[in-house]
Amino acid sequence: MNPGIDLQGSFIESLKSFGLPAGAAKLLWMPFPMLVILVVAVLSVFALVWLERKISAAAQQRIGPEFIGPLGILAPLADGLKLAFKEDVVPAKSDPLLFTLGPAIVVIPVFLSYLIVPFGQNMVITDVGMGIFLWIALSSVTPIGLLMSGYSSNNKYSLLGGLRAAAQSISYELPLALSVLAVVLMSNSLSTVDIVNQQTGYGILGWNIWRQPVGFLIFWIAALAECERIPFDLPEAEEELVAGYQTEYSGMKFALFYIASYVNLTLSALLFAVLYLGGWEFFVPIGTIAGFFNISETAPWLQVVAAVLGISMTLLKAYFLVFIAILMRWTVPRVRIDQLLDLGWKFLLPVSLVNLLITAGLKIAFPVAFGS
Amino acid sequence: MPRIETKTDPMVINMGPHHPAMHGCFRIIVTLDGEDVVDCEPVIGYLHRGMEKIAENRTNTMFIPYTSRWDYYGGMFNEAVTVNAVEQLANISVPKRASYIRVILLELTRIVNHLLWLGPFVTDVGTQAMFFPTMRDREYILDLFEAVSGYRMINHNYFRVGGVAADLPYGWVDKCADFCNYFPSTLDEYERLMTNNPIFRRRLEGVGVLSREDAINWGISGPMLRASGVKWDLRKVDHYECYDEFDWDVQWETAGDSLARYKIRLNEMRESIKIIRQALQGLPGGAYENLEAKRMASGPKSEWNGIEYQFIAKKIAPTFKIPKGEHYVRVESGRGELGIFIMGDDNVFPWRWKIRPGDFNNLQVLPQLIQGLKVADIFVILASIDIVMGSVDR
Repeated sequence: MNPGIDLQGSFIESLKSFGLPAGAAKLLWMPFPMLVILVVAVLSVFALVWLERKISAAAQQRIGPEFIGPLGILAPLADGLKLAFKEDVVPAKSDPLLFTLGPAIVVIPVFLSYLIVPFGQNMVITDVGMGIFLWIALSSVTPIGLLMSGYSSNNKYSLLGGLRAAAQSISYELPLALSVLAVVLMSNSLSTVDIVNQQTGYGILGWNIWRQPVGFLIFWIAALAECERIPFDLPEAEEELVAGYQTEYSGMKFALFYIASYVNLTLSALLFAVLYLGGWEFFVPIGTIAGFFNISETAPWLQVVAAVLGISMTLLKAYFLVFIAILMRWTVPRVRIDQLLDLGWKFLLPVSLVNLLITAGLKIAFPVAFGS
Repeated sequence: MPRIETKTDPMVINMGPHHPAMHGCFRIIVTLDGEDVVDCEPVIGYLHRGMEKIAENRTNTMFIPYTSRWDYYGGMFNEAVTVNAVEQLANISVPKRASYIRVILLELTRIVNHLLWLGPFVTDVGTQAMFFPTMRDREYILDLFEAVSGYRMINHNYFRVGGVAADLPYGWVDKCADFCNYFPSTLDEYERLMTNNPIFRRRLEGVGVLSREDAINWGISGPMLRASGVKWDLRKVDHYECYDEFDWDVQWETAGDSLARYKIRLNEMRESIKIIRQALQGLPGGAYENLEAKRMASGPKSEWNGIEYQFIAKKIAPTFKIPKGEHYVRVESGRGELGIFIMGDDNVFPWRWKIRPGDFNNLQVLPQLIQGLKVADIFVILASIDIVMGSVDR
């Protein structure tokens, strides 16, 4: 397997040539990918808000933002600025500590989860050995923050919203984890990089989506529920609970919820791409194309092209899923709380368990196709 | 074995008058046990403007502009019932053309009413996409209203005792026919988007079931009554205007749940299009207002041109006196039976003007329907009742 370009390696090597010890060189490298990912994740919010507004406008036969920058791309920035300058109101008789802590607890795990999102063989902040489970663990911290902010707001709508958020994420975490487990079973690893590598080699035909037709649907449904998107946006159901747990929030604290929900959506889309759509893989393996044109796979320019292609493919797949999520949000009604819990516990959970069992069985029966 | 008691106190939560799904300024105080609704107490009156009292010192012509503020989603119905009350009390006939024009406009208003119900209803269930398309289609009808009366949503001020205020403008009939050709296809589009959506159906099926007996006992009317299996439409029952001359059916369902109400309203829009098409084709010529000068009150013995002399001319005179007597007049509005109990006192003003709006009576049944259901069902049921607070509170 061709490792592709290794920015970290070359960075450390070049620093070592200046006489720095290897440890110090690595320490100097560490902030770069984190900063890049942080900026990209925040920028993805802007992209997503803009997409949401434009796609929703198209779905409703409107034009959407048009005059704030070309095609209205600065509209999310204007939204953000407005929120930044807004007064930060803490409601009377609320619990100020929990009220402030809530949004932070919601937003931090979401950003932390970007640690494990790979954009290429070496383009990942850290290739944690149990990467995908780190994400599942982190994503279960979020509802605590939601519950906290719902409880501390001293508002009954918020409390109901917070309780709904907790119930929802508990019941959808299990099918989510089980469907991920089936993928993990096939790739013998929890590392996201290994999961992608297991899908490489056959282009689009090698992607897990063909081997996990049930799993990817469960994952997508559960991921939408975890992101609290329609049809599962019960915690903030506008027509019922005004704004759920966010009702009392304003200014930057509200913006944190806002950012968290969109970053979380991007994250779920990225992980869907990693788990089921072959991550950074092109539709046709790069090696095959290189072989067709008689280019050496180790040619430096091809490495750069492959890296760029990898990043774009990851983003392309993720944004395709984001598009589907947005389209769904504007066309599908919301489910009721009992229907939501029924779907989670009585349908998705058994189906994902069976899916896991069948995957295990198939792995024993056909080790070639289902991982060895 | 001792059991741990985990029962919590019920939560009392106030919804409205300012709430995204409260259709204006309706307020309910809901008692919740977790997500289950234990009970609710509706509070109305936030939009009360004393319309009945205002009517008591306005002549009919003066009062017509007020009427479209009762049910501001279907202003023409209010105007129709306002003039019908006086017409039937004074026994004034309406020329055929005026009656046809009235029917066309009333049916267009019904479509406006149901469209403006459909968008928010589907939004209450959670779909955001339908609201703007329904607004777009409503806009075409409002353009027609504007051409005919000068105003769009309310304040048409178009109906008059003995006819309508003005004839249809040139080309209006063609424009209206164009709309009739266009509209059924968009209705199909709405149906494709929503009717068979599994989430949508599950949210509506069996939610807010109102039995036939209850519906009759509670005095429910309109689409809600027809959804409960009563084939009762005042257009057929009362034979008012010229509805008998058209070929159309009363839409009714037997399920009595929210889905039945949804289906009925969609189908009623199709029926309305059918009626409008026939009315446009058969639109007779002639006068759009009452051309027969008719002596009133004192009758033929009154001295011509004297101070007591009363007659209905082309335009109703400002001194037109509502004859002595009382009766109840009703029309089938978009939300149900819209009735007026009028008491005339041989004066230019009515002595009593009681309004019986359909949605006010339909709203009574809300607490019974939502007991034991979930929070989310409150809004589905409330929306399926189809209220507009201007009409409930008057």
